[in-house]
Amino acid sequence: MARQTVIEAIRQAMDEEMERDPSVFVIGEDVGRRGGVFLATDGLHKKYGEMRVIDSPLAESCIVGVAIGAAVNGMRPIAEIQFADFIAPAMNQIIEEAARFCYRTAGDFNLPMVIRAPWGGGVHGALYHSQSIEATFSHIPGLKVVAPGTPADARGLLKSAVRDPDPVLYLEHKRTYRLIRGEVPDGDGLVPIGKADVKREGKDLSLIAYGLMLQYCLEAAEKLAQDGVSAEVLDLRTIKPMDEAAVIATAKKTGKVLVVHEDNRFAGIAGEVIAVIMEHAFDSLDAPVMRLTAPDVPAMPFNHVLEEAFMPNVDKILAKARELAAY
Amino acid sequence: MATRTQEVTARGGQSRHRALGLTDQAALRMYEVMRLARAIDERMWLINRAGRAPFVISCQGQEGAQVGTAAALKPGHDWVAPYYRDAGVILYFGMTARDQMLSFMAKREDPNSAGRQMPGHYGKRQLKILTGGSPVATQLLHAAGIALASKMRKEDAVTAAYFGEGGASQGDCHEAMNFAGIHKLAVLFICENNGYAISVPQSRQMAIQNVADRAAGYGFPGVVVDGNDVLACYEAARHAVDRARRGEGPTLIEAKTYRFTPHSSDDDDRRYREAEEVALWRQKDPIQRYAAYLREAGVLTDEVEREVTERVTKEVDEATEYAEQAPDPSPDDLLKYVYKGEVG
Repeated sequence: MARQTVIEAIRQAMDEEMERDPSVFVIGEDVGRRGGVFLATDGLHKKYGEMRVIDSPLAESCIVGVAIGAAVNGMRPIAEIQFADFIAPAMNQIIEEAARFCYRTAGDFNLPMVIRAPWGGGVHGALYHSQSIEATFSHIPGLKVVAPGTPADARGLLKSAVRDPDPVLYLEHKRTYRLIRGEVPDGDGLVPIGKADVKREGKDLSLIAYGLMLQYCLEAAEKLAQDGVSAEVLDLRTIKPMDEAAVIATAKKTGKVLVVHEDNRFAGIAGEVIAVIMEHAFDSLDAPVMRLTAPDVPAMPFNHVLEEAFMPNVDKILAKARELAAY
Repeated sequence: MATRTQEVTARGGQSRHRALGLTDQAALRMYEVMRLARAIDERMWLINRAGRAPFVISCQGQEGAQVGTAAALKPGHDWVAPYYRDAGVILYFGMTARDQMLSFMAKREDPNSAGRQMPGHYGKRQLKILTGGSPVATQLLHAAGIALASKMRKEDAVTAAYFGEGGASQGDCHEAMNFAGIHKLAVLFICENNGYAISVPQSRQMAIQNVADRAAGYGFPGVVVDGNDVLACYEAARHAVDRARRGEGPTLIEAKTYRFTPHSSDDDDRRYREAEEVALWRQKDPIQRYAAYLREAGVLTDEVEREVTERVTKEVDEATEYAEQAPDPSPDDLLKYVYKGEVG
């Protein structure tokens, strides 16, 4: 066991996978000598050379399109999009191509590739360095979308993503990079894609989240305990395919559910989680399922007052959870 | 600016194919693949117009550019990333008339997609034919990625990526050529310039005469070639393949050609081009020109021509019959292959 930050866990996962399998390589903007703008690939260029840690031109469609081709021809690329906000130019390649290769060839082609994208706010990143993109991409069949919130899950899910036969969008919350420290197991420490994790057991209500919001929910649960409210915290970890059984289980256990995400509300992940609960755990509910999300404004503003107004935080989660507990 | 291959007519010299290193047998095989591509295409239109299949998209008129360039590659070793007109390419790379008809009729045995995609969306891993979608020029980046993988493993495989002059307007075209140029990848970018992107003429697609001129901006050669002269296409591709195998990087080949049919069975080309223009280009039919050359060269005799016609007709007849009898996918198939791995 070692204590690591999220960014260290991500770096270690890439290093271990590149060491293990010569077909694994990294491509993205500034990933080479710079080591990535967040230093996620720090040291990899020196260790593996410029053919396996490729500084791409400043063109996201190129990064993903080239990764697709390399995956067709026996490689396992890890494509880095510098900020999730800049993924839009690659959407044609991701949605129309990567997500459909397997289906449109009835399994003749498949793409073992990972697209890493730092996402989320709370870092004064404004409109174009703060966005949440999980709902947009989770709507696309053929893609897998993961969003770990702890160092152990960050490492274990990235390693699983690299070994997966299908394209995985790996979302790493940039606010958690150096904020969250935790135990990372020895050995491979693989975390399966598609499995949620109960991060805190509870009996009165359930908080369901992922990424940075997981941490905020854990903090809120601690404070709720002081009020005598026992909150369970379910970490989705994988958004698509969603672990519906785990969602249903916690809803049935507590009967009260609050879903939290910092992506905006309309057609967001909370809507999907709640639909699953309504379909499968309706009889167990003691209160309407609630959601706490960012508002439906285009993106997060730069000014700190506006940024805080946009982001869910521990206080907002507490207020909503108390409302739910009192229902 | 792009270099231009020497203007040569089909009757430019009796030993032209031999001078290019093609045996008589190889030259005849190219002819037969062109004939087969055309015959399948013509049959598809008949079946479509009889109301027995919903959609056709044609190779007619572009077989010379397709087969000429494909013949410079090694099927089974090199990769191709075709676009939707490239029947000549995929037939040269090992697909059959039966495969084409199964795809045309969207049957379960369709090797490209098991009846999921429209005709012309080719792909078969075993034959190193990349799967294609409908958004244009995306495959150029895939080709660069395939070639990158070949380079990483120090293999000498070449990847040929095909597109139209309309696709040349896409950002992916620029990004692919830029990337391939930077890394000196073994890619042939082959533009089949047929003058129209559905209805939009080249003059509204770009302000320049030659797509190939753009190669200079990516640091590799661009070549303009008569796309209706199959041997000229072969020659240009051969040079590009040799260059790529030597590790000297990509080449952009622009084959000037023309499509004889409307864009697809849902298009009416009388709305945007003159019948006289089509008729003029039909006189430059790459198959007729090549046949004339082969006759002149003493390779294509009446007897050989008859044999080719018989084989092609038989193949198309049998393929049509087979595909018509072949089963459709079942409703259960709808949910399969969203992912390769287990989910949930």
